[in-house]
Amino acid sequence: MQERDFDIVIVGGGGAGLRAAIAAAEQARKNGTHQRIALLSKVYPMRSHTVAAEGGAAAVTSAEDSLQAHFDDTVAGSDWLAEQGVVDYFVHHAHRELVQLERWGCPWSRQQDGSIQVRRFGGMKTARTWFAADKTGFHLLHTLFQTSLKYAEIERLDEYFVLDIAVHDGSVIGVIALQVASGELTLLRTKAVVLATGGAGRLFRFNTNAGIVTGDGMAIAYRHGVALRDMEFVQYHPTGLPGSGILITEACRGEGGILLNKDGYRYLQDYGLGPETPLGQPQNKFMELGPRDKLSQAFWQEQQAGRTGTFAGSDVVYLDLRHLGEAVLKERLPFICELAKSYINVDPVREPIPIRPAVHYTMGGIETDAECETRIKGLFAAGECASVGLHGANRLGSNSLTELLVFGRLAGERASQQAAQRDFADPHLIQEQAHRQQRSLATLCQGKSEENWVAVKRELIQTMESGCGIYRTEAGMRAALDSVRRLRERYRQVRVNDKSRIYNTELLECIELGFGLDIAEATCLGALERRESRGAHQRLDQDMQQRDDTRFLKHSLVFHHGDATAELQWQDVDVRFSAPAERVYGEAGSNTEGQRGARS
Amino acid sequence: MSTKSIRIKRYLPEQAEEAFWQRYEVPVDDSTSLLDALNHVKEELDSSLSYRWSCRMAICGSCGVMVNGIPKLGCKTFLRDYPDEVRIEPLAHFPVRRDLMVDMEIFLEHLAAVKPWLIDEASNAAEPNRQTPAQLARYKQFANCINCGLCYSACPQFGLNPEFLGPAAIALAHRYNLDSRDHGKAQRMPELNRHEGVWSCTFVGFCSEVCPKHVDPAAAVNQGKVESAKHTLIALFRG
Repeated sequence: MQERDFDIVIVGGGGAGLRAAIAAAEQARKNGTHQRIALLSKVYPMRSHTVAAEGGAAAVTSAEDSLQAHFDDTVAGSDWLAEQGVVDYFVHHAHRELVQLERWGCPWSRQQDGSIQVRRFGGMKTARTWFAADKTGFHLLHTLFQTSLKYAEIERLDEYFVLDIAVHDGSVIGVIALQVASGELTLLRTKAVVLATGGAGRLFRFNTNAGIVTGDGMAIAYRHGVALRDMEFVQYHPTGLPGSGILITEACRGEGGILLNKDGYRYLQDYGLGPETPLGQPQNKFMELGPRDKLSQAFWQEQQAGRTGTFAGSDVVYLDLRHLGEAVLKERLPFICELAKSYINVDPVREPIPIRPAVHYTMGGIETDAECETRIKGLFAAGECASVGLHGANRLGSNSLTELLVFGRLAGERASQQAAQRDFADPHLIQEQAHRQQRSLATLCQGKSEENWVAVKRELIQTMESGCGIYRTEAGMRAALDSVRRLRERYRQVRVNDKSRIYNTELLECIELGFGLDIAEATCLGALERRESRGAHQRLDQDMQQRDDTRFLKHSLVFHHGDATAELQWQDVDVRFSAPAERVYGEAGSNTEGQRGARS
Repeated sequence: MSTKSIRIKRYLPEQAEEAFWQRYEVPVDDSTSLLDALNHVKEELDSSLSYRWSCRMAICGSCGVMVNGIPKLGCKTFLRDYPDEVRIEPLAHFPVRRDLMVDMEIFLEHLAAVKPWLIDEASNAAEPNRQTPAQLARYKQFANCINCGLCYSACPQFGLNPEFLGPAAIALAHRYNLDSRDHGKAQRMPELNRHEGVWSCTFVGFCSEVCPKHVDPAAAVNQGKVESAKHTLIALFRG
C-alpha cells in the first residue's frame, strides 16, 4: 500500500479537472503559499471524454449580443429548472474563460481580420459559440493538458482508478485509489478534493460517450451521503451515427445543415419549430436550431408515424449538408466528414448522413452549492459529474465546454482556499476506510462467479434505454426501477475471473458496473417520481404531458441508503430573476420575445 | 454475420515469463472494427485480455496496436479490410506491461520536454490575441496530434534509441514555434538541437504514413532541422 500527502486531490483529468488543477496552482501562488496538487485519472488526461466534444463553447462575444440574452436562453432551455444565480454567474464569467484559453494557445477558428469567429448553436438566440473547427473539445483538452505541464506543483497520477473518498466528521480527508499498472492500493491524504469525473452516459445502450464515461465520481459522492440531483434529465443528442452512436455535432446544423425524414421533408416544422427556414439561411431558435430535447422528441414522433428510414438496422432520419459545399465542409466540419466516411461509409459532400438520437449528456449529478462545494466539507465537484444547477431539465449545446472552464476554475480556487485553512487528518482514519476497500476488492476477486458481470451490464443498459428513453411511461419507469434493484442484488454475487494485479481491466469494469447500478437507481427513481413533463423528461401518461410548476418546479434529490432502496426529496429552485414562462421556439418564440421586448 | 479468426500476442507477466500467441474467432460484418473484435473477446471469450480504449471515434488516442506489423488505431481499423489473417501485437518500441498494454511514460516525458505550451508574457490579458486564418493555417495541422504514439512505433530511430524526442514531440514543438502568438522558440530550440532532437531522424517518413490524423510529423522534423541549422548558424555569427 502506498501513502502520499497532497494539499488538494483532483479526481479526473478532463477539461474540468485540468482547469481546476491550474486554478488551484494559480490561487496558491497568488496567496504566496506552496500547495501540492494531485491530478488523478483512470486514463491519461488527453484520453478524457472532453476530447470528443465537437461543436464549441458559448460566451457572449459580439456587440449585439447581451449577457441577459445568454441568461434567458439558458434558463428557457432548462425549462426553468436551472439555478438562476448560477446561470447569472456563468454568463458573466464565460467570455473571460474562453479568452484565457486563447491566451494559453487554443487554436480557435478566426475571422479574416483575426478576431474570434462564432457560430450558431441550438436554442441560442444569436451566434455566440466559439469553436476550433469541429474538434473544439479536443483542442480545449490538449491546450489545458499542455498548459498544465508548466506547473511543477501539479503531480499527475495517470492511470489511477478512484475507489473511494475518505470522510471524517463531515469533511473529506482522503482519496483511495488503485494504481492500474501495479494493482497497488494508494492512499492519498488531503485537505480538499475536486471530483471531475464526467457523466454517466454509458448507463445507456445507445450513446455518444466514450467507454470511460461510467459515473464513478457520482457514485462515490452519492454513497457518502451527497445527493444526486436532477438525474432523471438525460440528454439525447438528436444526431448520432446509427450502430455506434458516434456523435455528429450540432455545429452541422449551426452551419446550415437540415434534417429530413424518409420522404425528404423537413419535419421539424410540424413540431413547433417552424416555419421552415430557407436552405442556406439557418435562423437561431428555428427549425434545426431548436434545442436538443425538442429535436430528439420530434424524431421519436416521426418514428412512431413510420416516417423514418432505416440504415444498418436502425431507424434513422437524414442530416443533409450537401448544399454547404465541399470547401465549407472541409474548413468547418472536417472531422464530421472523416467520421461519416470511416464509420458508415457516407461522404457528406455527396449524400445525406443517416442519424438518430443517442444518449449524450447527464444533466443531473452531484449536488453542489453555487461555488461547487458539496454537503461534505472540502469536497467539490465540477463539470458533467456535478449538478451546480446550470442545465436544469435540458442543457443547451456549447454551454458545457464553457461550464467546465468556469466551474472547474471556481472549484479549483475554492479547493485551494479551503486547503490553506485545514490540516491533514490522522492517517489512521484513512487507513481504516482503506481497509474496508481492501476487503471489498478481496471479495470481488474471491472464488468463482455466481453471476456474469457482462450479463448484468447488458441488462442494465437495455433497461435504462427502454425505461428512461426520450418518452417515458409510469409503467415503463416502474419496471426499470424494479429491474435495476434486482440487478443490484445480482451484482453482489459477481466475482472477477481475472485474479491478477497488473492492469486488471476486468476488475475495473466490474467496479464501474457497481457504480453504474447505484446511479441508475437514482435516475429511475427521479424519473418515476417526477409526474410531469419538463425538458428532457417527457411522459406519455395521461395528465402528465405538461409541465406542472405547482408541484414540480423542484429539483429532485436522491439519497443513497446502502443496500436498502434510495430515497427521494424535493428541493426549491432558484428563480430569482426570471419567473417561469411558456417555453417556445420558432415563430411562437419570436412573438414572445417581441412582446417581452415591448414591455421592457 | 460471418466469423473471422484473429491472433493476439498475449503477455501475462504474473503467469508466464514469455509472451504467447492466442487465436480467437470473432463475429464480423462490414462495420466491425478491430476494437469491436477486442471487446467481443473480452466480454464473450476471455475476460483476461487487456488493452486500452475509450472514445471509439479516433480522437482520444488510446487504442494503438500493431496490426500485421503496422501501427494502427484499433477503432479505425476495420476487419473487412483484412481478407486473410490478422495479427495483433502491442505497439512496437515501447515496453510491454501486459497483453496490448505498453508503458507510455517515455512518450509523455518527451512531450513535456519541448515546453509544449504557449510562451507569452501577456498570458493573463483580458482580450484575445488576433490571429488571421492564414496565421492559424501555418500550425493547425501540427496541432491535430492525438498523442496516440503510432509514429513512435513506426520510427526506427526511436526503436534504436528511446532517448530520441521522436515525431510527435517534435511536431508539437513545431506547432508552438509556428504559432504567431508564441515567443518561446528560443527556449525550445536547445532541446530540438540536441543529438536526440531533430538530428536523430534519418527521414524514413514512416511516421507520417501511419499518422491517423495526417499531422505529417516528418514534415515537422524536417522543417525543424532547417530551423535548428539556422539557429546554430545565427549563434555562430553572433559569436
